[in-house]
Amino acid sequence: MMRLAELPVGQSARVCSIAGVDELSIRLMEMGLTPGVEIRAVGKAPLGDPLEFELRGYRLSVRRQEAGRVEIEPLT
Amino acid sequence: MATIAETKDFAIRQATIALVGNPNTGKSTLFGALAGIRQRVGNYPGVTVEKKLGQMNHAGRKFQLIDLPGTYSLAPRSLDEMVAVDVLLGRRGDVSPVDAVICIVDASNLERNLYLVSQVLAMGLPTVIALNMMDVARTRGLAIDVDRLSRQLGVTVVPIEAHRRRGLDDLKQAVLAALDQPVAGRPSPFPEQFESEVDALAALSSTTAAAPRYLTERLLLDTTGYLAHELTHGDQRAAGQIAAARQRLADAGLPVPAVEAMARYGWVAQTLAGVVSRPSQRPVTLSDRIDRVLTHRVWGTLFFALVMLAMFQSVFVWAGPAMDWIDGLMGAAGEMIGAWLPEGPLRSLLIDGVIGGFGSVLVFLPQIFILFFFISVLEDCGYMARAAFLMDKLMSRVGLSGKSFIPLLSSFACAVPGVMATRVIENRRDRLTTILVAPLMSCSARLPVYTVLIAAFIPDRAWLAGVLSLQGLTLTAMYLLGIVVAVGMAILLKRSLLKGPTPPFVMELPSYKLPSPGTVLHRMADRGWAFVRRAGTLIVAVSIVVWALLYFPRSEAVTQPLADRLAATKAEMNLPDLTTEQLTHLRAEAAALDREFSGIQQRQSYLGRMGRFIEPVVRPLGWDWRIGCAVIASFPAREVVVATLGVIYNLGSELDVAADADRTQLAAALQQAKWDDSERPVYNVPVALSIMVFFALCAQCAATLAVIRRETNSWFWPTFTFVYMTSLAYLAALVTYQVGIRLAS
Repeated sequence: MMRLAELPVGQSARVCSIAGVDELSIRLMEMGLTPGVEIRAVGKAPLGDPLEFELRGYRLSVRRQEAGRVEIEPLT
Repeated sequence: MATIAETKDFAIRQATIALVGNPNTGKSTLFGALAGIRQRVGNYPGVTVEKKLGQMNHAGRKFQLIDLPGTYSLAPRSLDEMVAVDVLLGRRGDVSPVDAVICIVDASNLERNLYLVSQVLAMGLPTVIALNMMDVARTRGLAIDVDRLSRQLGVTVVPIEAHRRRGLDDLKQAVLAALDQPVAGRPSPFPEQFESEVDALAALSSTTAAAPRYLTERLLLDTTGYLAHELTHGDQRAAGQIAAARQRLADAGLPVPAVEAMARYGWVAQTLAGVVSRPSQRPVTLSDRIDRVLTHRVWGTLFFALVMLAMFQSVFVWAGPAMDWIDGLMGAAGEMIGAWLPEGPLRSLLIDGVIGGFGSVLVFLPQIFILFFFISVLEDCGYMARAAFLMDKLMSRVGLSGKSFIPLLSSFACAVPGVMATRVIENRRDRLTTILVAPLMSCSARLPVYTVLIAAFIPDRAWLAGVLSLQGLTLTAMYLLGIVVAVGMAILLKRSLLKGPTPPFVMELPSYKLPSPGTVLHRMADRGWAFVRRAGTLIVAVSIVVWALLYFPRSEAVTQPLADRLAATKAEMNLPDLTTEQLTHLRAEAAALDREFSGIQQRQSYLGRMGRFIEPVVRPLGWDWRIGCAVIASFPAREVVVATLGVIYNLGSELDVAADADRTQLAAALQQAKWDDSERPVYNVPVALSIMVFFALCAQCAATLAVIRRETNSWFWPTFTFVYMTSLAYLAALVTYQVGIRLAS
């Protein structure tokens, strides 16, 4: 299974699941990262971290480590 | 019989309306537009959340308006986040129960915004949706069927443009109508099995039965343990029941906490069915194109550096003249009072204590205004989030996030607006860490201290054709010292006192828009006024105390001979037939006597005595009692130390360190200063360095401490800041002097 942190810039994927039941996973879900939602990697900060994504019509930035919590299925 | 607080007849009782919404939806702009200037800002006791109240008028009626902090979700995981939920549920004694809610949503971002709406509707209050940013939605090619949205939500939806003040009357009218209508039953977005588990939990004990249903739901959903602690106080039986209920739900394919996001986003999808029509191909908007440049590896970094440089330079360049102007104004006010009142304690109190104190409050306003002009523009146009995005990696090395960068950078100009700018940091521990290390950044008030001492004691040597000078290197070293210590302190604080899990960095990057001048101006005025009102009183009080310590006791036995000579000289100046030369000579003599008088008075004041008393403490730093005295006197503001040294060395208090002549004069006096009991000079390079190091690290700034008190809503943190910074400053100055003096000999 691929993780959101590994999604190449410009590619889209579908969210499968989010690991953990702590504050971070709740925050990610509140921001709309729920199973089945489509997400696209838009870019990354000049220093390589955090990453920028687009989902549900808006832009979201999360750290590489946090994006590692999200399991995805790339869309071709 | 219903009491006034319970009555639904709003002709008798003023109705209270709460304003909720996601960040970046224009909520503050809407609050400003609805409440005008009739706003009151305070703190909720015990938390760092700002309490913002306003008054809204419509159709001859008055409403109280409460602005709740912008949030993506009403799922409290801390005391601060609990405030909004408690206000909406009427569980706070210090706020009247809420009668209706205005929920502002971003039309261009409906899907995510409706998540919060779903939680707000669960509160069971009359609700009106303010649909903002329709213009942005249009540029993205989105068409929204407002009537259909309203029908599917079951509440009135009013399209508005908050920054153009459009649609506000319709919004107020809708609130008025909603107040008088009973709230229709709203179906829960959760599956039936979840609801029955909530029922079972509610029936569990008297505490859970008394809690509103929304909180019982949250009790089941909150896996961070915060609400369990708040509501059941660690009751083992309840904990067991909750765990069992979660297990049953997980077995049924409804795992907690994911069930909430799935249920609510499922409801959102249903509610939006047929409401939004979007183009098949998402258009590339101007915002997208701008973002591609501004987050680019090279251009983005370059632009960021330029913006920061411009902000920083403006504070230095523009604030200077305004501060001089305020200084001049205060001086003129002092002279006016001086001309009215006879010489004596009252005159001195008014001029040096009160007006001086007000002056030291007002003098911060230019920096606050300029810095918040930039911060408000950056925030309003959407760049602030990008700045945090760009700097996050760097700041995460010291355990902070990108949101701490701008407050810390601002603190190089002045820690007061820097500390006030930490409000963008929502995590409490990160925000406190940033506040506590911000005063370590070398602010503009340290510059005069560095300049005078460097000019006097650091040899003017240069290498590499003047590119590297010893004096310049010393100044750089002082700035670096502050940064290095701040980094160390931040790491230390995050590992000890403010230890906790790394807060998630999950941040929306809003689309760019033109900042609205009204919002920017309002924010500037708001910050300035908050500083004057909340921190100002404390600063004036400290100034008056220090004035009294310097003014009393008056010992005529010591000062009388001088006063007599001064009177005689002044009388001589009034003699007829004096040549210009004689008059100049007499004037100079009178001025010298006046300065000597001030010097003697200061040396024998309570403060002078305190200086002598603490001499054993400061001696290991290489300081005599005069320096100790100057350090105590500079508690209200560190730059005062220069003027205090001036008075101690009989140069008068009107020294202007920006003027070369005055600076040279003070430097010469410092170089000639001798220890009381010998001919040994007081100042040498190690002593000068030890003073500079002390001022680089100490907390000698009443304004900063007052603003920390205000922002943290506690006396503990300013006290902690003062103690830790003074201890650090003392230790570092001690090491500097002791090592320096050994190297020198």
